[in-house]
Amino acid sequence: MPTPDELKQRIETTIPGAVAVVESPDNVHFSATVRSDAFAGKSRIQQHKMVYEVFGEGELGGAVHALQIKTEVP
Amino acid sequence: MSDNPLRDAIDEAIRDNEVILFMKGTPEQPMCGFSSRTAAALQAVGKPFAAVDVLPDPRIRQELSAISEWPTIPQLFVKGELVGGCDIVTEMFETGELHEALGAERPAEAAEAATAEPTGPQPLGVENRLG
Repeated sequence: MPTPDELKQRIETTIPGAVAVVESPDNVHFSATVRSDAFAGKSRIQQHKMVYEVFGEGELGGAVHALQIKTEVP
Repeated sequence: MSDNPLRDAIDEAIRDNEVILFMKGTPEQPMCGFSSRTAAALQAVGKPFAAVDVLPDPRIRQELSAISEWPTIPQLFVKGELVGGCDIVTEMFETGELHEALGAERPAEAAEAATAEPTGPQPLGVENRLG
């Protein structure tokens, strides 16, 4: 089962300059707040897609059952 | 037209309905908390919207996600464009952007009420105004 720390590291290594705060009560449902310069000038849809893209096909809805996302530009 | 009638039907629904929500269940009887919150935000704005239940046929969800490149349900489209899922729609509701996107007046008291209680199972206060 993935841990919040694991997700945090994956998000931060994939999205340039990202700082992520990931929480989970059960290692199945996650919430991530991601702050990155890479989001500048992008719509929320595009920002959230960048976070989704960190994860592999079938992983969201699978091992990561739910991922709540909030994105911020520093 | 492609040789995929279901994808064509979804494309057409997105094109023909100014505001359309793909969700699990119906606004009256949502089958998932995220769908429920998203439908409640739309109902609170008070503009009419179309809703499609993706549960009866798993292919709807497959085709929809292929079209939108968005992995999860619900998905809200306004004027043919994907606006977002539960997180984005809820955030836009709280800031008043959702009212703007739907062409409704931005009610100061609604924004305040939403920010006063940002978490909890039903932060928007489910109120069925569709009648």
